[in-house]
Amino acid sequence: MLYRESGQFKTSYAADQQLFPILQDRVAVLALLAFALVGVPLVATDYWFTAILMPFLVFSLATLGLNILTGYAGQLSLGTAAFMAVGAVAAYNFQLRVPGIPILVSFVLGGLSAAAVGVLFGLPSLRIKGFYLAVATLAAQFFIPWLLVKVSWFSNYSSSGVITAQPMVIAGFAFDTPVRKYLLVLVIVAVMALAAKNMVRSRVGRAWMAVRDMDVAASVIGIRIMQTKLIAFAVSSFYCGVAGALYAFAYLGSVEPDGFNLDLSFRILFMVIIGGVGSILGSFLGAAFITLLPILLEVILTDVTAMTGISLPPGFISMAQLVVFGALIIFFLIVEPHGLARLWQIGKEKLRLWPFPH
Amino acid sequence: MRAEGLPMSMGTNEVHPHNPARRIGETVLSVENISLAFGGVKALTDISFDVRAREIRAIIGPNGAGKSSMLNCINGVYRPQEGVIRLDGQSFRRMDPHKAASMGIARTFQNIALFKGMSVLDNIMTGRNLKMSSNLLLQALYVGPNRREELEHREKVEHIIDFLQIESVRKTPVGRLPYGVQKRVELGRALAAEPRLLLLDEPMAGMNMEEKQDMCRFILDVNDEFGTTIVLIEHDMGVVMDISDRVVVLDYGKKIGDGTPDEVRGNQAVIDAYLGVAH
Repeated sequence: MLYRESGQFKTSYAADQQLFPILQDRVAVLALLAFALVGVPLVATDYWFTAILMPFLVFSLATLGLNILTGYAGQLSLGTAAFMAVGAVAAYNFQLRVPGIPILVSFVLGGLSAAAVGVLFGLPSLRIKGFYLAVATLAAQFFIPWLLVKVSWFSNYSSSGVITAQPMVIAGFAFDTPVRKYLLVLVIVAVMALAAKNMVRSRVGRAWMAVRDMDVAASVIGIRIMQTKLIAFAVSSFYCGVAGALYAFAYLGSVEPDGFNLDLSFRILFMVIIGGVGSILGSFLGAAFITLLPILLEVILTDVTAMTGISLPPGFISMAQLVVFGALIIFFLIVEPHGLARLWQIGKEKLRLWPFPH
Repeated sequence: MRAEGLPMSMGTNEVHPHNPARRIGETVLSVENISLAFGGVKALTDISFDVRAREIRAIIGPNGAGKSSMLNCINGVYRPQEGVIRLDGQSFRRMDPHKAASMGIARTFQNIALFKGMSVLDNIMTGRNLKMSSNLLLQALYVGPNRREELEHREKVEHIIDFLQIESVRKTPVGRLPYGVQKRVELGRALAAEPRLLLLDEPMAGMNMEEKQDMCRFILDVNDEFGTTIVLIEHDMGVVMDISDRVVVLDYGKKIGDGTPDEVRGNQAVIDAYLGVAH
């Protein structure tokens, strides 16, 4: 009853083309953003910021990056973590070696470095597709962390290749507490998500999807396939690079290149698949599912055992958590192979008619 | 060979039955001695024909005759081993899809080649890709020139949606639409590029009578209203004979007939190819 678009007439194409054409959506998104900016810092504890919200935001951004490449442009990649590593190490080195460089500029330069590397490893996509391309991007995944450890210049000659991120200071204001870091990351992620949404509803986004859905037809329309794929690799890697920089600077503080391993790439790919391939919202839902659900499960299982007073063998809870987590992934993929974003969309369509069935 | 009693001159002063005011112009496209082979399979052998401005030129032939391959050569999807394609006085040894598109060639495909995950609106908007120019940063910010550009092109696309009478499904993902409507959307996407030369690969395949009639009407209207030159592959002989000005007949990759519908109808080689010959 509340979610109705009847009576909201659009009299111009501008009104129809806006980001959220339905009034209720606009209100809801603004409310959510306001809550994240003002409400959350008032209620959340430091544990929430450092252990839950920060990884959620950082992985959302990386998932967004991979979703642009895999979901929108249709190029499967397993090199996400490698591109994040490039972003993190590049941002660290720009901070280290360029005196007085603003932190945000380092993030952007880190992203651009990742974009350059992404384009390089995207070159095979001009000839190969699908699983074979995934194998080619795997090369990036193995090569880049190895290179970052091998050439110790990248980590400023630290013994194990670990980089310790510099403090984040913008115009004399230090983003040092969990709340401040959270707000900085939130703003960056929100702005970049908006930019991604704008890209996918513009010419470049349509070109990506055209190449994904039917590349011959796309080329016949006059879309340059090579250029479109490489732009997708560049933009995607830029997002991953910035996510990597935030991962190092805002989330963990110090990272080693080996932390950006294949495991991380897979995690982000799962976030894309579970959230919804080819959906901006899905990137956030997927990241939320994979990062938040294990924590939630652990809390629930601990509470249940404490309440019932059953004594369990040590390690049981973490095992059970994995089992339930895996089962849930399978459940959601069977219920909706197109991910949580599609479930959300179906729910919205139902809500528009509710309480009537048709 | 020519059918008797039907002197059809296809000169520049030819009067078309559908629209007396319509004029067939000079040659805009000619293919000369095109040969295309895939390994040992000869798809096309030494094909030559021309297409004049504002005419409807049909290519017919039995299955596997090389009709689609011919279209694929014209817009650069395939690269013929021999021969030249002349477009607007420029000669091309090998056409390139992007070049063909920027010179005003658009096409539809035999098996619908729409972008399945996108809405009707986005599919047709994609057809205007070459007409848009704002850069990536402007698109990411969706401000100023990019926003204006999107709105401008949206309006053009809405004209096409009106023309094809698909207003009610503009926001529907094309994968969910029935076959006949998908064919229409594909025509819309080709029209969005405002082509001067439109290549249609079996636009009426698999349609029922009403859908065929609608599609014929759209094709004739495009030809009349926008003066678009049309090259058409079609199996429905009734349609071909009715709407086309001249017909090329291919069989086993060779040209066996070329002329007005009536000339082609009377051509012995064409009759043999379609009906078979007693040995």
